[in-house]
Amino acid sequence: MKEHLLRLWPEQASDYAVSVDWLVIGFTAMMVLFVVPVFVALWLFIWRYRRGRKADRDHRAQSNLPIELTWIILPFIGSLVVFLFSARLFFIARTPPADAMEIQVTARQWMWKFQHPGGQREINTVHVPARRAVKLTMISEDVIHSLFFPALRIKQDVLPGRYSMLWFQAEHSGTYEAYCAQYCGTDHAAMLARLVVLDPADYERWLQANGTQADLISQGETLYRQFGCGSCHGTASAPPLEGLYNQQVKLADGSQVLADDDYLRESIMLPQQKLVAGYAPIMPTYSNLLDEEAVQRLVAYLRALPAGPAKENP
Amino acid sequence: MIRSDEQPAEQFAAWAQQREAARLGMWLFLASEVMMFGSLIMVAWFYRIEHADGVAEAVAGLHYGLATANTFMLLSSSLLMSLALIASEQMFSQPRPLLRVRRCLLGSAVLGLLFLTCKGIEYTLEYREGLLPGFSADSPLYLPSARLFMNLYFIATALHGVHVLVAVGLVLWLWARLKHLAPHQARTRIEMTTLYWHLVDAIWIVLFATLYLVGR
Amino acid sequence: MSAPSYLHKQGLMSWFLTQDHKRIAVLYMITVTFFFFVGGLAASLIRIELVTPNGDLLTADGYNRAFTLHGVIMVWFFLIPSIPSVFGNFLVPIMIGAKDMAFPRLNLFSWYLLLGGGLFTLLALLLGGVDTGWTFYTPLSTMFSNGHVVAVICGVFIAGFSSIFTGINIIATVHTLRAPGMTWMRLPLFVWSMYATSIILVLATPVLAVTLILVAAEHLFQIGVFDPRLGGDPLLFQHLFWFYSHPAVYIMILPAMGVISELITASGHKRIFGYSFVAASSVAIAVIGFLVWGHHMFVAGQSMYASLAFSLLSFMVSIPSAIKAYNWSATLYKSDLTVTAPFLFALTFIGLFIIGGVTGLFLALLAADLHAHDTYFVVAHFHYIMVGAAVAGYFGALHFWWPKITGRLYPQLWGKITAVMIFCGFNLTFFPQFILGYLGMPRRYHTYDPDFQFLNVLSSAGASILAVAYALPFFYLLGSLRWGERAPMNPWEAAGLEWRIPSPPPTHNFEAPVIVDFEAYDYSPEARRDPL
Repeated sequence: MKEHLLRLWPEQASDYAVSVDWLVIGFTAMMVLFVVPVFVALWLFIWRYRRGRKADRDHRAQSNLPIELTWIILPFIGSLVVFLFSARLFFIARTPPADAMEIQVTARQWMWKFQHPGGQREINTVHVPARRAVKLTMISEDVIHSLFFPALRIKQDVLPGRYSMLWFQAEHSGTYEAYCAQYCGTDHAAMLARLVVLDPADYERWLQANGTQADLISQGETLYRQFGCGSCHGTASAPPLEGLYNQQVKLADGSQVLADDDYLRESIMLPQQKLVAGYAPIMPTYSNLLDEEAVQRLVAYLRALPAGPAKENP
Repeated sequence: MIRSDEQPAEQFAAWAQQREAARLGMWLFLASEVMMFGSLIMVAWFYRIEHADGVAEAVAGLHYGLATANTFMLLSSSLLMSLALIASEQMFSQPRPLLRVRRCLLGSAVLGLLFLTCKGIEYTLEYREGLLPGFSADSPLYLPSARLFMNLYFIATALHGVHVLVAVGLVLWLWARLKHLAPHQARTRIEMTTLYWHLVDAIWIVLFATLYLVGR
Repeated sequence: MSAPSYLHKQGLMSWFLTQDHKRIAVLYMITVTFFFFVGGLAASLIRIELVTPNGDLLTADGYNRAFTLHGVIMVWFFLIPSIPSVFGNFLVPIMIGAKDMAFPRLNLFSWYLLLGGGLFTLLALLLGGVDTGWTFYTPLSTMFSNGHVVAVICGVFIAGFSSIFTGINIIATVHTLRAPGMTWMRLPLFVWSMYATSIILVLATPVLAVTLILVAAEHLFQIGVFDPRLGGDPLLFQHLFWFYSHPAVYIMILPAMGVISELITASGHKRIFGYSFVAASSVAIAVIGFLVWGHHMFVAGQSMYASLAFSLLSFMVSIPSAIKAYNWSATLYKSDLTVTAPFLFALTFIGLFIIGGVTGLFLALLAADLHAHDTYFVVAHFHYIMVGAAVAGYFGALHFWWPKITGRLYPQLWGKITAVMIFCGFNLTFFPQFILGYLGMPRRYHTYDPDFQFLNVLSSAGASILAVAYALPFFYLLGSLRWGERAPMNPWEAAGLEWRIPSPPPTHNFEAPVIVDFEAYDYSPEARRDPL
């Protein structure tokens, strides 16, 4: 990272960051337009109407409806315009593309752990390819943290017990800072990370150099077998898992729920929370046997399970 | 400060003004209580919706009989307070209304104490069943959200119980001191206490519905 | 033969058992000044530490306790009580022509609650310290924090009742004790802003009470309400906390805005421009302020649609504030302006408030907030409002009504120097923080990237100027008690009932019942200025 005496503006690592900067500049310009007249008027009036100077003074009650309405409505319309631009950008920031590459993130006091789909694991550093959409699925093992990439102009709180999402597409290779932005205890200020953006060729090389025997899905399958999940889930005593991901599930209390990442995770850690209709509540919890990273691997495996032959899609 | 020589306080020009201020002040205080219990009840409702099955499990084990009896007692005590207030209005015209007022006040206080006793019995039963405190590992409740709901039940009803205790205290104090209070002063204080009592009652009704009744 | 002033009777008990709203106001003044200095001390530690990128003055834990202490003390024991309990108590009865507040005993009790809660909290913060931040986010505060969380919570809980009772007192007073002829639209705007503030005090503070109870229960008994492993939701805490804490910031700014309306009209010797708009804007801020709490949670895991709604509502809540700023400026047109110390404080307020408000809108912009949330940008924003504006409002009130409260004049020159020093020192302290925040320096960081050092040094340099500026009034205002000239009834030639009674006022304010047959801010040549 470069050392400067005085930096005034953060680097722009993505096109999104550039858009945010334009929004901010535009907003500031508009605000200057609405605010400068106030300062100018103030100084003018102070100069002109101070006691001792000859001026036309009037102590009487004054109010002027057209003026009041003008300075209510015009700034309001201006703000609405900026709001709409910002809403559009916000929507983009919160909607990852379907083909984004997914990286699993686990936060804990006071470090960041990353798992790549190819099984590579990193601590406090994450390598990503340039010019590809990257989606981070994040969870905390303890308190609320927040992953913040100033160069990308994005952050998202990382919660315990629930997955949260961040996505970006970095344009240029380089190394950028990442911080924990939600106060999380003693070493909050030390919970730093580095985002290393590599050109696609370099990224491939990095993957090879750091590759493990198995990718995330295979590691998940290993866990599945290691903990004997199939001993129930392959029989009639537990709901089938093939093709389960993103299907609707009927629960014992009559309601329906979508089998997304959070559902899969909760079924492993807190199996009694959402009981599937037609099955006895006999699944034990694995929260004391599996940490969040292990769960991420299992979830990756379950997501990839193809539908079984007789599975109906509602 | 309401003075005992039947002049309104220094800053007020007339008793009517002082009474109006007291009334407004009490209503504002009640509004703050509603915000407090209201947010607690919202938390309970949030968890009802989030964890319907856990809540159902917890609710099934609650003691309806005692709670229903409590509701009747609190409603009756509210009625008695209203009667006390009506009787106190007549303190300026009829001779010896004091006795009726005092009887109503005492009745209310007794019912309030009975409420607290029943609640105590309920807590004892729940403690013996291992339901309270609901964070121990050997709770008979299976789902964690059921235990959470029991804890919320405990906090909400305990907070309410504290308010009942305060109300009973106020009423007993009035019952004891009524002879020494001048008519305007007495009337105003009974009115304020009655308003407070009605609030405590209204909160109980909402709590009863939220914690015991819905989704049974 | 005029009645003795309210300060006449001597003896400690006459102060500790007083029911006179003016004496209670003075008691509050001493109390909040004490807490201001304690909170300021913590701030000094923080800014000294941040001169260097490494943690050389304090350990990480020590630093975390320092900013927690700073936030807790400043928010609950200085900012929230400052103007309402000091100037609200002193002025509201006088401004409406009453002899006291509706509930004088409750008033005194409120002071004891603040004092008791504050001392208890301070003790807990000093003896053990709490490292959760003033926002107490769960599950950090409930399951992972080391420290006397429950003790601090108790202190804040008790002080909350001081807020609620003060609010009840003010609303009841304004409704029932207005003098004959004092209609709502003749009320001074300070009273309007105190009324609006009191609505928030009464309705929002109880939600904090419940939040604190739940955090304490979770911390002590692990009831599960905020613990995801037990079926709870850590985000529920944030909703509950901010539902109170956002309106709370309006508690901190609305009274100051009321003060500025008084200072501007008095300095300009002219009726405010658009009285009904300014009055209505106070109430509008109070009401809309209850609807925007989710703008603290844009990145917390809140739904996208909720965030959009909260962002839009946050834009709405800025409109009444803008109305005020425009109206204050327009008031000076064709005015008869005396550039006094209070006026300079009003200018300081307007300048710093505009910057703070505009940067608040910046944060309401969703895409901008995704970047700036939890950075020094937010720190700068809220300090511009809460310190730059609100404290300028408090100091302005102090300099304006000091002659009335104490019966002494202070040297104007020193007041003006203080105002200018505050303006310059403040901007030097906090403007660099906007840049730091946008660069990406997160809040609550004990150590930081060496690239950020230059701006941090600027900020700390400004803080040292601010410290001097805040300490100055302590000397010349206290000094005036001994050496100051006796104040006349109306040193500023201002309109308002408080300027027609002696300085300091007699115990019961008015010799004879007041009849109000004039509008607010009547600066016509025929306006009555004789003593009441």
